[in-house]
Amino acid sequence: MTVNGSPVRRRIPARQHLVDFLREELGLTGSHIGCEHGVCGACTVRVDGDIVRGCLMLAVQANGCKVDTIEGLSDSGELEALQKAFHERNALQCGFCTPGMLMAAQDLVLQKARCSREEIKRHISGNYCRCTGYQAIVDAIEQVLNGQG
Amino acid sequence: MKAPSFAYARPGTLAEAFDLLERHGEGARILAGGQSLIPSLNMRLSSPELLVDITGLAGLSGIESLPKGLRIGALVTHAQIERSPEVKRHAPLLAQAAPHIAHPAIRNRGTLGGSLALADPAAEYPACAVALDATLVIAGKKGERRVKAGAFFKGLFETDLRPGEILAAAEFPPADKAVFVELARRHGDYAIIGLAGTQAASRKRFVFLGAGATPILAVNASKASSLEEAREVLGKDLDPPADLYHSSATKLHLARVLLERAWNKL
Ligand SMILES: Cc1cc2nc3c(=O)[nH]c(=O)nc-3n(C[C@H](O)[C@H](O)[C@H](O)COP(=O)(O)OP(=O)(O)OC[C@H]3O[C@@H](n4cnc5c(N)ncnc54)[C@H](O)[C@@H]3O)c2cc1C
Ligand code: FES
Ligand code: FES
Repeated sequence: MTVNGSPVRRRIPARQHLVDFLREELGLTGSHIGCEHGVCGACTVRVDGDIVRGCLMLAVQANGCKVDTIEGLSDSGELEALQKAFHERNALQCGFCTPGMLMAAQDLVLQKARCSREEIKRHISGNYCRCTGYQAIVDAIEQVLNGQG
Repeated sequence: MKAPSFAYARPGTLAEAFDLLERHGEGARILAGGQSLIPSLNMRLSSPELLVDITGLAGLSGIESLPKGLRIGALVTHAQIERSPEVKRHAPLLAQAAPHIAHPAIRNRGTLGGSLALADPAAEYPACAVALDATLVIAGKKGERRVKAGAFFKGLFETDLRPGEILAAAEFPPADKAVFVELARRHGDYAIIGLAGTQAASRKRFVFLGAGATPILAVNASKASSLEEAREVLGKDLDPPADLYHSSATKLHLARVLLERAWNKL
């Protein structure tokens, strides 16, 4: 598969899910692991352009795919505006949820030019944050999407 | 938690898939989008020997117009259904239901076939399939058979699928009007209760999810000639099981609220 633009080849056990592969085999520890059953969104990564739960996809299923993680999107500058807005709006405290939150938020930014707070909330409804509260996060995403908030 | 170990195969043809399923019998599980199966493996609720990944099989994907209605392949994802202009035009009930299923990252992988085959009593598509009187196309080693949605859902997580069979597609006849409504604690959570309503040739069909072990066609309410009558007789149609947070009476009350919302839109 191609991870953040570089080709990688490994032999791995079938049961290894994609985030474990990224973290343990490739040392890409930006994608986090929370619940491992699809509920928290901390493990969100992009496969062939679509966001997915990294804990609900086997690494073997990503064979031949293009995988992008928070590290790749951050290095390429794609997330610059969101990162700046999260920082300015204090949209994180411990930061555990932040990589997944940014991946989900960027997915919305790519799909829509503008959108309502309601749509933003719906889009990140699958990402849990246990400390910040969601207002600041929605504010930050709104700032990037609508230039306000 | 981590999944127990298992083998993995990704057959390229249906014949190969049937072969694998037959050889491994009960030890084999079909893997589609994995959005229900992988959580259950991670939690060690099941421990198959072999996962047969069907996502490489041709013929199970794609959305196709029929002379009457729409055929949707088992591997079509919730996200594809949500975005498809054909679905919006020919099966708007499904287009309305899809955004209620989980969250965007899960909808990008979860499939129609997986949701129908799993038959979760709180899932959206099974109720939609019954409301639209869909026909499910099931592929087996000896060929194809077709089953009406109403007969496919047999019990809690129990369907008419036999060992070794693969759900290939579902065919949805058109309806004149359709409406999908549900109540959930938080957007994307499984519904507390939901309702798929259709009207075809001035006949209404109200099918509830989260109101029993399978989707439940409210026979009496569907025949009622006024909203008052429908609300009244719904008590004969439904005896919803209580869940952790809602008593049976609360659920029946919520079902009546949904019935009113749906009635006014049909
Ligand atoms: C956090 C979370 C929230 C969710 N919320 C909802 C929700 O609100 N509503 C909802 O409906 N769903 C919800 N889901 C489940 C999701 O919709 C699943 O995608 C769906 O239930 C199963 O589809 P799948 O393709 O992922 O199937 P898999 O997980 O791959 O398979 C599910 C089961 O069906 C069998 N199977 C799959 N495809 C076939 C086939 N073609 N023929 C025969 N057997 C097959 C498998 O063997 C397995 O037993 C949620 C999931 C998560 C993780
Ligand atoms: S770790 Fe994947 S959703 Fe929680
Ligand atoms: S900042 Fe701590 S979980 Fe969100």
